[in-house]
Amino acid sequence: MSKPAVKRNMLSRIIPAIGSLKERGLSGWLVILGAAIVTSIILMTLLAPWISPFDPTTKGINVGAPLTPPNSKFPFGTNDLGQDMLSRVISGGGIMLQVAFLSVAICLAIGVPLGLFSSYIDGMFDRSICLIMDSIYAFPGLILAIAIAAMLGRGVVNMALSIAVVYVPSYFRVVRSQVLSIKEMPYVEAARSIGAKSRTILFKYILPNVVPSIVVVATVNFADAILTAAGLTFVGLGVEVDVPDWGWDLTNGRRLLPSGAWWVITFPGIFIILLALGFTLMGEGLSEILNPKVGE
Amino acid sequence: MTLRVYIISRILLTIPMILILLTMVFVIIRVLPGDPVLLHFEKTEHPEAIEEMRQKLGLDKPIWAQYFDYLFGLLRGDLGKSMHDFSPIAEQIFSAFPATLELAIYSTIIAVSIGIFLGVEASKSYNKPKDHTIRIFGIVTYAIPIFFLGMLLQIIFAVNLRWLPVGGRTYPTMEPKGLKMSLSQLPEGFTIHLLLSCMAGLMISILCFAALKLKGKKITRKILGILISIFFIIWILWAWVGWYFISKGELHIATGLYTIDSLLEGNLYKFAEAIRYLILPSLTLGLVLSGVFIRLTRSNMLETIRLDFVTAAKARGLKETTVIYGYALKNAFLPILTMMGLQFAALLGGAILTETTFSWPGLGRYIVDRINFRDYTAIQGAIVFFGILVSIVSLVTDLLYAYLDPRIRL
Repeated sequence: MSKPAVKRNMLSRIIPAIGSLKERGLSGWLVILGAAIVTSIILMTLLAPWISPFDPTTKGINVGAPLTPPNSKFPFGTNDLGQDMLSRVISGGGIMLQVAFLSVAICLAIGVPLGLFSSYIDGMFDRSICLIMDSIYAFPGLILAIAIAAMLGRGVVNMALSIAVVYVPSYFRVVRSQVLSIKEMPYVEAARSIGAKSRTILFKYILPNVVPSIVVVATVNFADAILTAAGLTFVGLGVEVDVPDWGWDLTNGRRLLPSGAWWVITFPGIFIILLALGFTLMGEGLSEILNPKVGE
Repeated sequence: MTLRVYIISRILLTIPMILILLTMVFVIIRVLPGDPVLLHFEKTEHPEAIEEMRQKLGLDKPIWAQYFDYLFGLLRGDLGKSMHDFSPIAEQIFSAFPATLELAIYSTIIAVSIGIFLGVEASKSYNKPKDHTIRIFGIVTYAIPIFFLGMLLQIIFAVNLRWLPVGGRTYPTMEPKGLKMSLSQLPEGFTIHLLLSCMAGLMISILCFAALKLKGKKITRKILGILISIFFIIWILWAWVGWYFISKGELHIATGLYTIDSLLEGNLYKFAEAIRYLILPSLTLGLVLSGVFIRLTRSNMLETIRLDFVTAAKARGLKETTVIYGYALKNAFLPILTMMGLQFAALLGGAILTETTFSWPGLGRYIVDRINFRDYTAIQGAIVFFGILVSIVSLVTDLLYAYLDPRIRL
């Protein structure tokens, strides 16, 4: 009974939110532009089986001559196996989107509670967690992800896990610093003085105020996760070959560079940029709206 | 907190951080499910071969013994042996590191100069089309996969225009040798050598003394003590290093950085070649890293330009370039320095991909090769090396920052 009410509530919140985004000026438009890019890429990937002209997997080998430059039949050309690059580009975002969503979800599930509890409990626990998180944070992210992915093996879940380990500290740090400052606010003190439980204070009074910062971190993190996933694929730790993937196409394109086949890398690369750019723009805009700086 | 307390606590904090990092790498590679030896063989070889490799690498011991072997090995600078060819990993890493260092140095120079230049330009035309273009450029550098940029540059400048080489560091006969000198003419005999180095130490400390006197410093007992210790240090070092080279019969200085080695060798042609091979990789890495510096410079300059001393300088009729680069930019140097330290980790991560793209024989390429060989001990060694390097760089950056900016110590 209560579920539809919640849904209507969410929708009625989101629609005016778009309207109010326009009033925010440039940063609002950034968010809208970024969200539009991301949504259209997700839609394109979901609709791929119906809109792609050829089969992007190994079944679509030799639909054209290998390494045909872009022409009217193959607008993005073909690769060395004679597969249509347009079809591969259309359905190639799937892996990256899955990896990115999964890794952000893992980060949220680990980083946010850890940050909340760590800063709320304080003491030795907090300090030791902080030290561990700082050590991970200081480490070159891609290298750590490569090490974990090398041990875990190929696959979407393994890629997502290795990326998540790298980015948990960013969530942890943001949540922790926010909670530390919110914890001292008068309204929290008031809640504590009337005898509210720690759990109530933490989840009902503190968490909602941390959410904006988490949203910003998560959006920016999407872009990082996509680029890291592309990097993992490039060093040979991606998913299996037969699934169309922009990262794999780029890796494959490196071998074909001497033949001058620019179309094999250019189009998948542009789409990776677009996807990462969409999330970056959203993150930029959101962070300016949610954490306005003085004077800007 | 005084500077001394800050420095000591910062150094002490680095030790547990490095220890955690080492433990983490060990846990990832050795303890987590997925036995490195089995993974190496892909379960196809005979059990005897697997046992033999375990014994050779010391992986047959209990896990805690392996852990202590690993830690104490590190204290001796031993990173273990490679699974691929059983040679010491530390040697392989040290031979690959100069290439990465050279790439890192040049790409940092490129990133910082592009960042400062574009950041200043953007702040000069705040909220005008030029500013927005530069900001968009900055955002795109965040979103571009580094190897994609590298391949685009390769295809434009190497494959189509043929101006620059596609990849590699130089061609086989062109490796610069560094400075080589035969030392047979110098006097043999340890006593003469000891006297000579004593003279050298004396001369340098006298020079220091003269410089202090010229500057008008009062010579206290403390300064005298420092001068005397300078004398002894130079004497001992000079004698030791000199004797080392004389006993070898030649002086050979090679940094492993091709641009420097070719200059030491005095071969300008090799220098030009080294630069030609460096341009594309360092430009790729530099462009991708420049975004952070653009943003940093821009926001810092926007704050500084509003300050009174800039207005005063403008009011005195100084040229805009002088005001901006000579006065305002100085305030942005400290954040830029810190950012260079912070970006070092990103730089190494980017170096892996750049090196793979351009077949640059550095540490990143080494790691990727070892992944293909399934050489897990070597991967572990290289990652440990990277980790310690990053910790030391961040320590040095923090200390420098604390020294330069007194506010941090409060």
